[in-house]
Amino acid sequence: MRQYFGRKLLVYGLTFFVAVTINWMIPRFMPGDPVASMLARARVSQPEAVEAMRLYYTNLFGFDQPVWKQYLNFWAALLQGDFGISVWVFPTPVSTVIMGAVPYTLGLMIPAVLLSYFVGNRLGAFAARRKVLDNTVLPVGYVLTAMPYMWLAVILAWGLGVVAGLFPVAGGYSFAMRPNWSPQFVGDLLLHWFLPFSSLFLVALGGWAIGMRNMIIYELESDYSNYLAALGAPQRLIRRYAFRNAILPQITGLALQLGVLVAGALVTEIVFSYPGLGSLILKAIQNQDLFLLQGTFLFIVLGVLIANFVIDVVYVVVDPRTRTGMAGASA
Amino acid sequence: MSLTVNGLQVYYRTLKGEVKALDGVSFSVRDGEILGLAGESGCGKTTLGKSLIRMDGRMRHAGGTVELDGERLPIADDARMNPYRFHKVSLIPQYSMSAMNPTRKIGKMVGELLRSRGVKLDRADLEARLAQVELPREVLDRYPIELSGGMKQRMVMVISTLLNPSLLVADEITSALDVSTQKAVARALAGFRDTGFVKSMIFITHDISLTYQIADSIMIMYAGKLAEKAPARTIVTAPRHPYTRMLIDSLPEVGVRYGDKKLSGIPGSPPSLLDPPTGCRFRDRCPLAFDKCAEEPPALEVEPDHFVACWKA
Amino acid sequence: MTVLDTALPPSPPTVRREALYFALRNGKLLVGLGVITVFLATGLLGPMLVAASPNDYVGLPMQPPSSEHWFGTNTFGQDIFVQFVHGLRTTFAVGVLGGGLAAIIGMVVGFVAGYRGGLVDEVLNMLTNIILVIPTLAVLLIINAYLGIRSVGVQALFIGLTSWPWAARAIRAQTFSLRSREFVDLARLSGARAWKIIVREIAPNMSSYLFMTFILLFGGSILIASSLDFIGLGPTEGVSLGLMLQNAHQWSALHLGLWWWFIPPGAGITAVVGALYVANVGLDEVFNPKLRET
Repeated sequence: MRQYFGRKLLVYGLTFFVAVTINWMIPRFMPGDPVASMLARARVSQPEAVEAMRLYYTNLFGFDQPVWKQYLNFWAALLQGDFGISVWVFPTPVSTVIMGAVPYTLGLMIPAVLLSYFVGNRLGAFAARRKVLDNTVLPVGYVLTAMPYMWLAVILAWGLGVVAGLFPVAGGYSFAMRPNWSPQFVGDLLLHWFLPFSSLFLVALGGWAIGMRNMIIYELESDYSNYLAALGAPQRLIRRYAFRNAILPQITGLALQLGVLVAGALVTEIVFSYPGLGSLILKAIQNQDLFLLQGTFLFIVLGVLIANFVIDVVYVVVDPRTRTGMAGASA
Repeated sequence: MSLTVNGLQVYYRTLKGEVKALDGVSFSVRDGEILGLAGESGCGKTTLGKSLIRMDGRMRHAGGTVELDGERLPIADDARMNPYRFHKVSLIPQYSMSAMNPTRKIGKMVGELLRSRGVKLDRADLEARLAQVELPREVLDRYPIELSGGMKQRMVMVISTLLNPSLLVADEITSALDVSTQKAVARALAGFRDTGFVKSMIFITHDISLTYQIADSIMIMYAGKLAEKAPARTIVTAPRHPYTRMLIDSLPEVGVRYGDKKLSGIPGSPPSLLDPPTGCRFRDRCPLAFDKCAEEPPALEVEPDHFVACWKA
Repeated sequence: MTVLDTALPPSPPTVRREALYFALRNGKLLVGLGVITVFLATGLLGPMLVAASPNDYVGLPMQPPSSEHWFGTNTFGQDIFVQFVHGLRTTFAVGVLGGGLAAIIGMVVGFVAGYRGGLVDEVLNMLTNIILVIPTLAVLLIINAYLGIRSVGVQALFIGLTSWPWAARAIRAQTFSLRSREFVDLARLSGARAWKIIVREIAPNMSSYLFMTFILLFGGSILIASSLDFIGLGPTEGVSLGLMLQNAHQWSALHLGLWWWFIPPGAGITAVVGALYVANVGLDEVFNPKLRET
């Protein structure tokens, strides 16, 4: 088990290293002058301010220093939590801007992912090898999982928001309100949260249901299921075993899907102008705020790595074989 | 009579039509008898074994009856068959290596299986049975993956016989094992019969020499039909059916060097069971075939307990 | 011991004929392929049949669907059907190029890692796992943000370069199990070189699996590309279904009630990707007897 976690942590460490290196390399080796393009887009009119920004960013990139030193400096700054300063909301540090957005993204993603995971797995398991259900769950599941996240978001916003007028379609809370913990504000928060959450939940749901259905069919055809059936064990027991065993690859699947889920959350936020990381990325791109973009990138990578590790721990808890040190999840 | 099978026909539904994998087989197994069932692959022996306990979705019961201890088994009805499974008929499958749920401790799995059949686990009895096949009681706290191949095989044998079934079907259980383990497994099965864990047994294999070591009688099948059934000794020493003779002749004899006697395989291959030929199905490969073989030979009892389906027998 | 079983493996033509038999009777496969064919034909032939170019001003803006403009017009008076037809073409191009590249990289890495084993496997596996964990879209965001001019080809290139890991992992596992099979041993004993064994012995034996991997990568590429387009990092020239969605969102089609602007592009993506997935399940059932319904 120690070896299992050791390996995992090594992969995550290397991944973080690679991500940081990519982050450092791209502005330096892509064609064009990043500072110039950033300043050109930054809507700053006073020449003095532009000059100050140019000086600041040139220093930050450290173009006057040898490349290896630039790289080390980059790491040094990073380890101190210094992601640079945003152009879009100059001179707020990037880390502050990101921290303001993270709670919204997490508040959207965590419930949507967990809920869709549990409901989807149950639904898929229920549908497997039951003709009538299978014929309804499967097509709906495929349509959902094939939908671009932003499209379902747009449709929900249009149908339930614009046409039916049930939910607000933009922002994390009403413009007229100031964030506080009063019941009115929390209610308003939930109202704004509902549509982005639902669209994220629904698209993800389809994928889990289908995945579980296919897994469970394999398990129900497996040798141990046949043996139990030959000994007259009731379907209930066989299905329970099959579900437990099918959930294991689904846990690995959750880790594999994290990237897609994050991507889904980002575009969903953009549709609803929900003030999370996705909207931040859109602002960063529109304003050529490359520091903000890079900071967000590192943050997302870090978040995904942490989530992966949590999933690894869960896997060890659920799959007894990893604990006895015999086998289990490869990779 | 423990088991009586009468004119059993079981067909496989396939794309090209129904394959008559088992086409009218009659035989019986006495209490305490171990019947070895042998033949080439595709002769219907595994189909027969499956029919007695659980037919898969592609199999169709086309005719004939199976009686166990005087009761007619509803083999075509999966739900009605269930009460008989495990209690009256049990199975040691071909796939013993993967027959146990990989994510449950063996003891826990056995407990859950028994409870689902309305039986309370008798821990002392279980441990005694484990001891009989030389498994330590600690295996119950292990996962299947922690057991060696031979241990898994013995564990499955113990599980399958826990409820002292009247009939045990052991389907090709030795093919995945090495020779010395095969013998040990075969002996353990005979021991199960001797201690009364099972009343009678059908031991399906393609290895006649192994069958001979534990079986009381041997039944040879060919192309979905019974070819010959007789006490084990008779089958090996005085076979009457030409197919049996060729099978026995192809066995290397103990103490005879291969140089002395050529191993003769049987030329040709069994007929397609999709549209089997009329008359004797071995006709095309039989050196003794003559005109009469165009008619189907009945399985006649040529001497007590010796059945042969051949006009020349 | 005498082994009577002389079961020969079924000869390849029989297997192929059987696969074809099931393929022609598999509803999922047929429906999937049918939908894909219709959309592919629209994407290929459509742009030749409609006269206007996607950015032309063709008539009154914000008109609902009519016999003249099948999908209506947007706020700029552009014909949405014309855009849709051109966008489909881009979408298929990204899918084929991105998915194809990812499939090729996945195969090379998977085959080499699975066949060679040892240190090569360790290194490739580590690489695979690292790229597997990094969220693809985030990397693409960074890369595309720094690209001044973005084309469909470059978009597909980067999608291909980042989305191969799961395929490599799956192919590696399959190769691993085929590596020790008799026919591979035989080829090895007869002195064939490694790449030859992979191409002649291993790949053909998992060709259906490889094809299904490609289909999934194909669909995945389309979805990733549409997300990139939507965020505003799509091709700077031309039109794609994702860009249409982005435009519709950016120019408030939602609030203006121009449902004909944002429904078709999303429906197109969903139909194509969904059809690919469904066809994939169909193929799985064709090649995997256990999954066929009894």
